[in-house]
Amino acid sequence: MAIRERLSGNEAVAVAFKQMDLDVMAAYPITPSTEVPQYFSQFVADGVVQTEFVAVESEHSAMSACISAAAAGARAATATSACGLALMWELLYVASGSRVPVTLALINRALSAPININNDHSDSMGARDSGWIQIYSENNQEAYDNQIMSVRIAEHKDIMLPVMVCQDGFITSHAIENIELLEDDAVAKFVGTYTPQSSLLGGKPISVGPLDTPQFYFEHAYQRAHAMIESKKVILDVFKEFADLTGRAYGLFEEYKMEDAECAIVVLNSTAGTAKYVCDELRAQGKKVGVLKLRVFRPFPIDEIKKALSHLKAVAVMDKSDCFSAVGGPVFADVRNACYDLETRPQIINFIYGLGGRDVRVEDLKHVYSALDEIVRTGHLGKIYRHVGVRGV
Amino acid sequence: MAYNLKVEAAKPERFVGGHRLCAGCGAGVAVRGVLRALDESDRSCCGAATSCLEVSSFLYPFTAWQESFVHSAFENVAASISGAEATYKALKRKGRMDETYKFIAFGGDGGTYDIGLQSLSGAMERGHDMVYVCYDNEAYMNTGIQRSSSSPKFSEVSTAPVGSVLPGKQQRKKDLTAIMVAHNIPYVAQTTFTKNFKDLHEKSHRAIYTPGPAFMNILAPCPRGWRYDPAELMTICNLAVETCVWPLYEVIEGQWKLSYEPKNKLPIEDYLRLQGRFSHMFKPGAEWMIEDVQNAIDQKWEALLKKCK
Repeated sequence: MAIRERLSGNEAVAVAFKQMDLDVMAAYPITPSTEVPQYFSQFVADGVVQTEFVAVESEHSAMSACISAAAAGARAATATSACGLALMWELLYVASGSRVPVTLALINRALSAPININNDHSDSMGARDSGWIQIYSENNQEAYDNQIMSVRIAEHKDIMLPVMVCQDGFITSHAIENIELLEDDAVAKFVGTYTPQSSLLGGKPISVGPLDTPQFYFEHAYQRAHAMIESKKVILDVFKEFADLTGRAYGLFEEYKMEDAECAIVVLNSTAGTAKYVCDELRAQGKKVGVLKLRVFRPFPIDEIKKALSHLKAVAVMDKSDCFSAVGGPVFADVRNACYDLETRPQIINFIYGLGGRDVRVEDLKHVYSALDEIVRTGHLGKIYRHVGVRGV
Repeated sequence: MAYNLKVEAAKPERFVGGHRLCAGCGAGVAVRGVLRALDESDRSCCGAATSCLEVSSFLYPFTAWQESFVHSAFENVAASISGAEATYKALKRKGRMDETYKFIAFGGDGGTYDIGLQSLSGAMERGHDMVYVCYDNEAYMNTGIQRSSSSPKFSEVSTAPVGSVLPGKQQRKKDLTAIMVAHNIPYVAQTTFTKNFKDLHEKSHRAIYTPGPAFMNILAPCPRGWRYDPAELMTICNLAVETCVWPLYEVIEGQWKLSYEPKNKLPIEDYLRLQGRFSHMFKPGAEWMIEDVQNAIDQKWEALLKKCK
């Protein structure tokens, strides 16, 4: 029987970690992810988990401890945000390069400077090329579900890549929503026990983390890239199994009213909710609009995206971070790339929005849709790299 | 059973030959010496900071480690081993671990005194059941003999070279062993390679088998950086002890204990003279440097004797 609850996004993630009875959690507090280790350490204090909670002195040490813990045979996880992820940066690559299935709850927050504790995606987008699988969550339910599924993906013997599950800081991390939880034993059964093929504490000694000369580094890099390619199938298999268990079916992305749409916006995390609302309003006015909500950003589902956008006339890709390439945001770059091979492709523009917790209002998304409308109407693409919600632009 | 080097040396090696450390390097000697103190039935999970030791002992697809070994970065070996130790505790608690493992982190002075100090401090404060071993060769040898906070005053290092104005490093060596004592951990020791390795062996055994965190600082000379004849490794270590520049002591549950008191404390020149990194201190007009160093050693030694009384 599913359990109906009301939880914040942070608590939902902590509950997911509790239900899978992590072996090791190593974490350092940073707003807005702090509640995750707080809730979890209460579970430890109350003896409801058998996890070893390591209250490290930094995020760098959190990821370092998680990497060795996973190499030693633990199901290990951490949670962080923004500068905390930035401090882990070096180890993010070590985690994927060492092929350890660490999982991370990333509560998205803007990177400094200036310091800002609110939501955007500059943290996870900056880490998009670090060899981590990235799954984004629109709401608390998705954050909970994704976190549970993430260990099955990470620990799959053909994948062995770390996974970060992202959700929007404050917007979902601190908002209490209705949520449907699985029973503890259902989660335990779904995730099973992590049994690596070899581990530091597995009896036979192993060495982890070598120096690779040019004779070997490239092959190992290729294997990591290959695992990322292969992970798509595993992700879909795990999603399917989870759907069979819960009735909640997830894909690489969600298509909302896309079938007959002429214009659509591509968006991820909580803004998808607002986008669907705006989409409904415009649909009521007879506009053929849709929303494509990306869930899995790494691996990037290029073929599926290409297909999903092929029939559109105009697309706006929403980026809640800027990668300062001077030509657009990171989601835009990948989505537009996906459309390159189409014989007839939609006109594609990019909007940078919501940086540093700037509210994303219904009017902002209406503005985006009207920009698409104008492109379709006039046939003129205009400026590609745009901003919405920023003063003076 | 009383310590016997022959018996100890006959044990199966846990860190074997074939690694690429230089002849006359102290790092490998330190690792072998520490691991020899493991009880034969026990396994260990070792880690190393990025260092000469790491890049010379684990070049894919070869490893010199007969123990489990993990490396991930330069500044994090203490956190890294604390993660493995946390796993051991969790798996024991969950009934998924039958064997006995000991946890040992190795770092050079760069990875310990400097870039890894935060990670070390955190791991020791958290109380993991682990040993942190610093093999201290007093500079960043892996990148080419740059200064560290462990480099002694006036030593010539590549980022504090001897020039026409400056005579090598300007600052004194950081007293890391004392910093670790200030962490109030159950066991801290300072040692090096002397005579029949008894001091190193006994301290290693105590460090490994003291529950909770332990720290060992091992003076481990580097023939490239210190510029000595590789055959003179033991001579140099013995002189470090006999001149009291590197006293042997341990601090057990806060109690300071001197391990060895030289009958005749030798002048520091005897130690410095064998090392090219100090050669500028023996040129005419440089006597003040020797005097400066000797005074500092004398003061520290007297202070240590007081603590150990």
